[in-house]
Amino acid sequence: MKDKIMHGLKSIGIPRLTIITLLIVIYIAAYVLKLDVAQLFSDNLVRMGMNGVLVLAMVPGILAGTGLNFGLPLGVICGIIGGLISIELNLTGLFGFVVAIVASIPLSILTGYYYGKLLNRVKGSEMMVGTYVGFSVVSLMCIAWLVMPFKSDAIRWPIGEGLRTTIALTDYYDKVLNDFMKFRVAGIDVPTGLLLFFFFMCFIVFLFLKSKTGLAMIATGSNNKFAKASGINVDKSRMIATVVSTILGAIGILVYAQSYGFFQLYTAPLMMGFAAVAAILLGGASAHNAKIFHVIFGVFIFQGLLLAALPVANVIFPQGNLSEIMRVVVQYGIILYALTKAGGGQ
Amino acid sequence: MNNIMLELKEISKLYGENQVLNKVSFSVEKGEILCLLGENGAGKSTLMNILFGMPVIHSTGGYAGEILLDGQVVNINTPEKAMELGIGMVHQEFMLIPGFTVAENIKLNREVTKGNPISQVFGKDYRTLDYKTMNRDAREALDKLEIGIDEYAKVEGLPVGYMQFIEIAREIDKKNIRLLVFDEPTAVLTESEADNLIKAMKHLAAQGIAIIFITHRLDEVTACSQHVVILRDGGLVAAKKTSDTNTVELAELMVGRKIEKLVQNEENRNVEKSETIISMKNFKVGMPGEMVKGIDLDIKRGEIIGIGGLAGQGKIGVANGLMGLFPASGEVTLNGEPLVLNAPMASLKKKLAFVSEDRKGVGLLLDEPIDLNIAITAMQVKDDFLKKVVFFNQIDEAKVKRHAEEMVKLFDIRCTGTEQKTRRLSGGNQQKVCLARAITLEPEVLLVSEPTRGIDIGAKKLVLDTLIELNRKKNMTIIMTSSELAELRSICDRIAIVSEGKLVGVLKPDDSDAKYGLYMSGKTDMPGEVL
Repeated sequence: MKDKIMHGLKSIGIPRLTIITLLIVIYIAAYVLKLDVAQLFSDNLVRMGMNGVLVLAMVPGILAGTGLNFGLPLGVICGIIGGLISIELNLTGLFGFVVAIVASIPLSILTGYYYGKLLNRVKGSEMMVGTYVGFSVVSLMCIAWLVMPFKSDAIRWPIGEGLRTTIALTDYYDKVLNDFMKFRVAGIDVPTGLLLFFFFMCFIVFLFLKSKTGLAMIATGSNNKFAKASGINVDKSRMIATVVSTILGAIGILVYAQSYGFFQLYTAPLMMGFAAVAAILLGGASAHNAKIFHVIFGVFIFQGLLLAALPVANVIFPQGNLSEIMRVVVQYGIILYALTKAGGGQ
Repeated sequence: MNNIMLELKEISKLYGENQVLNKVSFSVEKGEILCLLGENGAGKSTLMNILFGMPVIHSTGGYAGEILLDGQVVNINTPEKAMELGIGMVHQEFMLIPGFTVAENIKLNREVTKGNPISQVFGKDYRTLDYKTMNRDAREALDKLEIGIDEYAKVEGLPVGYMQFIEIAREIDKKNIRLLVFDEPTAVLTESEADNLIKAMKHLAAQGIAIIFITHRLDEVTACSQHVVILRDGGLVAAKKTSDTNTVELAELMVGRKIEKLVQNEENRNVEKSETIISMKNFKVGMPGEMVKGIDLDIKRGEIIGIGGLAGQGKIGVANGLMGLFPASGEVTLNGEPLVLNAPMASLKKKLAFVSEDRKGVGLLLDEPIDLNIAITAMQVKDDFLKKVVFFNQIDEAKVKRHAEEMVKLFDIRCTGTEQKTRRLSGGNQQKVCLARAITLEPEVLLVSEPTRGIDIGAKKLVLDTLIELNRKKNMTIIMTSSELAELRSICDRIAIVSEGKLVGVLKPDDSDAKYGLYMSGKTDMPGEVL
């Protein structure tokens, strides 16, 4: 019996146990401090849904052996451009959202293709190169946002040149997924549409991973010499993974934005990759292996921690600045912890 | 008898349960060249590692027996100690820094220095190099070898043959050097370079330095040595005066072992008359460490052909080249049609299947389950194990599992279930998975490299039996590459011996040991018959 428990604990992994414990402790603290736990949990579900697809974007890269996709901002930017096109066309509601996705996909494919080409040239240091590709492209886009030929008043600054730093979606497709079939149970708001969309995307990726192409990708990531000997085109597999990851990044930011209510331009996409990396690592993935379960579980606990830790810290440290500092410490602390413990349970 | 410099007494060494050296004794005289002969795995390297006090020996429990230097028992427990005692080694791979001059390389880590103001303050590490003395010393060492390289030339760009001499010069520049070990120095040299090297060795021996010369080339043995010691399977087979023996006898002693025939002589088994299935012309493969430098070979349908030879001579490269895993060139036809080289998929589509010698590196997805390992290649190549789901193709998991279960039964793969990860299997069971994967492709030609390396006897027999069965029942042509000559001779119809990247000749399994030994050392004529 004792062995079985030990085995069970081992299979979850110490890092996971630590984080789960921490999350539970924070929720208990929130209850003790008389915070609205039901509301916290509702927000937790929303956060999970809105970040989920971005985290899912990590899976193809990890499985194909290009590692964690720190170049996620590339996909994010493609998604934002798709979203802006939809606004420019003055489309609203679910239709506007779908057009945003459709518009972003060709862009993501193109971007993913060139990004994949680059990654194929720097085998072995994809994560490092990806990080800096993300940084450079975000910076480059800071110029591009200023000169893009969008005409809509919702997108441009009312005076001067260039696009706004934040673009409100209130009149377009704000919360189209969140509010779809939304219901309330035991004080908890369940964003049905958002969660359904997230699980649907997970399912699509799951199917993809069980296809011939997906399995070729997994073989490539698992052992590229084996893949080569099995007649698999290693570079092509990695390329496909990068393209898929970029597309998921684009869809991910659109899901995120519709829930958040704004597009954030300029330097905002910079750190998008890090939060997604942290979430999937916390979920139990490593730089070489990831499952869909890691995505769902990881994004739930990571976002839960970030979300719940802030109000709790706010109450414990009433000085305004301190809680903000705490939040940053907690966020990057978790990322660091997740990266160092990435090897954890199986 | 005072002349004896080094004496080894009953040296034994166990690696775990594995006896790699069994009571080996011999002695080396001052100023003589002694040749150490033996196949790969005979225990030569282990013996030399003991002599040099390499950490690998002492971290695995040390050795038994005594080493006597000038009649004194010495305990060589570190390489530094060996150096102190005047034992030097010339490595097969060059350990030289290309950007440094010849003199700098020779003096590496033993630089001659002189003081300067900075070193007075900051200590010895900041002393200036005394290039004059260093160059003079280097010149002296090079002159001893009678080699005309400029000591101030940079090493990069020098011909390979010269690099060996720089290595040697580095050893003899050590003032107390008394015993030099040459570990297969001629393997990478051309014939004329090798001749030069042997000349230099003789020259050194004449100056009183004892030399242990490890080589595979039998004619070099007779050309330079006074004594020859032959190891086989960790034991001393013979220690002879070179003048009392000849290359034929040496070859026989080196190879000779009992051969267990797994296949009884069958009548009307005459594969040589059947049609050619694969024909290679001037086939070259750029596989690092196993270069194939132009082979012409016809393989007949339905035969088991062995490819043998010593390690590093190119035998491994042949199969890897045919499968497109390493850059290959030349003309290869399969069933009369040209085979597209350098494209693994093309080879696989032409019904070639490969069981790699590098089981863990190439042969398996270690973190994936057994069933996927077995099925994935057939899935990629033949779209097998797939089912259509709307517009997606999906892996047919039930079929994959069913097939894996059949294979587990067929090969007696010991596992907890077909979903077990292959990393957790033993070497023999991993090999069976590799073989199962290859057979799942239903190949016309099966290429197996080192199929029994590192697996236990039971698994070995099963693997070999399976190969024979596949050959006899399905008329599968099998190209088997192996370092174990005995194994090749037990199941093959013909055996092609490769040496230095070229085909030396094709032998019959029942040809004499001497012939095999000679072919492996790259010679086809039998000097013994002339004598």
